[in-house]
Amino acid sequence: MLDKFVHEIADNQLVAAFAVVGIIVWVSNLLARHLTGGRVHGSAIAVLAGLALAYWGGLVTGKTKGMADLTLFGGMALMGGAMMRDFCIVATASEVQIDEARKAGWLGFIALFLGTLLPFIVGVAVAMAFGYTDPVALTTIGAGAITYIVGPVTGAAIGASSDVIALSIATGVVKAILVMVFTPVLAGFMRLDNPQAAMVFGGLAGTVSGVSAGLAATDRRLVPYGALVATFHTGLGCLMGPSVLFLAIKAIAG
Amino acid sequence: MVIFGTALLAGCYLLGVLLGDVLGALIGVKANVGGVGIAMMLLMAAQYHMRKRGLMRPETEKGVTFWAMMYIPVVVAMAATQNVIVAVKSGPVALLAAFGSVALCACVISLINRAIHRTGAAAAWQAGAPAAELD
Repeated sequence: MLDKFVHEIADNQLVAAFAVVGIIVWVSNLLARHLTGGRVHGSAIAVLAGLALAYWGGLVTGKTKGMADLTLFGGMALMGGAMMRDFCIVATASEVQIDEARKAGWLGFIALFLGTLLPFIVGVAVAMAFGYTDPVALTTIGAGAITYIVGPVTGAAIGASSDVIALSIATGVVKAILVMVFTPVLAGFMRLDNPQAAMVFGGLAGTVSGVSAGLAATDRRLVPYGALVATFHTGLGCLMGPSVLFLAIKAIAG
Repeated sequence: MVIFGTALLAGCYLLGVLLGDVLGALIGVKANVGGVGIAMMLLMAAQYHMRKRGLMRPETEKGVTFWAMMYIPVVVAMAATQNVIVAVKSGPVALLAAFGSVALCACVISLINRAIHRTGAAAAWQAGAPAAELD
């Protein structure tokens, strides 16, 4: 009987993922209501629970896709993959009030540039402090601090070694997870309570996964505004990383 | 029909991603440049014009809003498939670089948003009803 059930799930992974995520969200809502008295958003707990399950999945399988490496939860990879994520982000645009978005247009632009430059500078500074002097390595690690896609794209373009690229991916992944976890915590400090603020946040915090999960856990209505700007973040980073930023680092360190 | 809404969404998504790829190729970047953002703007424009002409029936809207509602569950699934082990075990360089950039950006966001607040631009929006959670 149990064998049959497991077999059934393995054959219907995406549907199984819907059920599993439904249970995670349901339990998280219960915890939010009864344990925190509604102070912590149910979705914030659900995202944290997801990360915890990903840790557990990685521990059990020793692979890279968190829970999705377990056969029973393989559907999570499709449900939580880039295709579904981007499809749903685009759908949230139907809730955007165009006038609100227009008001922050230029601010979002400035935020995008700052969101590319500032993490890069921090990343390069930290790498320098730990004894890296090669401009290629410095640029790649700095680019990783922008997002975990900009890091490897930049590294590959300027010929970084694979351990440096791995380090830059790790930097970006840690950043995305920090943004997911700390956005709801710091929402008050960042005054994250209106569409303009969400667009500034989307540009500066970067990483689509971090921004979208962080905003979802803060106030769902803000998601489309943040995501609208954040989706340009990786593109801008991939544009500036191997070109302007690399040349600047080469001029300084090389 | 619900499928018209979902098909509209799919069309905007594909066209946006395609334009993002073309844009990336034009400026010589090995990545999609703002494809999702372009798709979002296409969807907003399409809905604006269709609503004006009365083509956006409630049924059609449902084909879009369902996916907008599925957003949080998808994000939870995404969180559950992150490489958290690498993040936890990565050395001090990754941790410090990530932590430093998040902290610095949070401070800059706070600065900018406090400036917006002073102009009073945010007040009107805050009066709106709170969002429904996870439904």
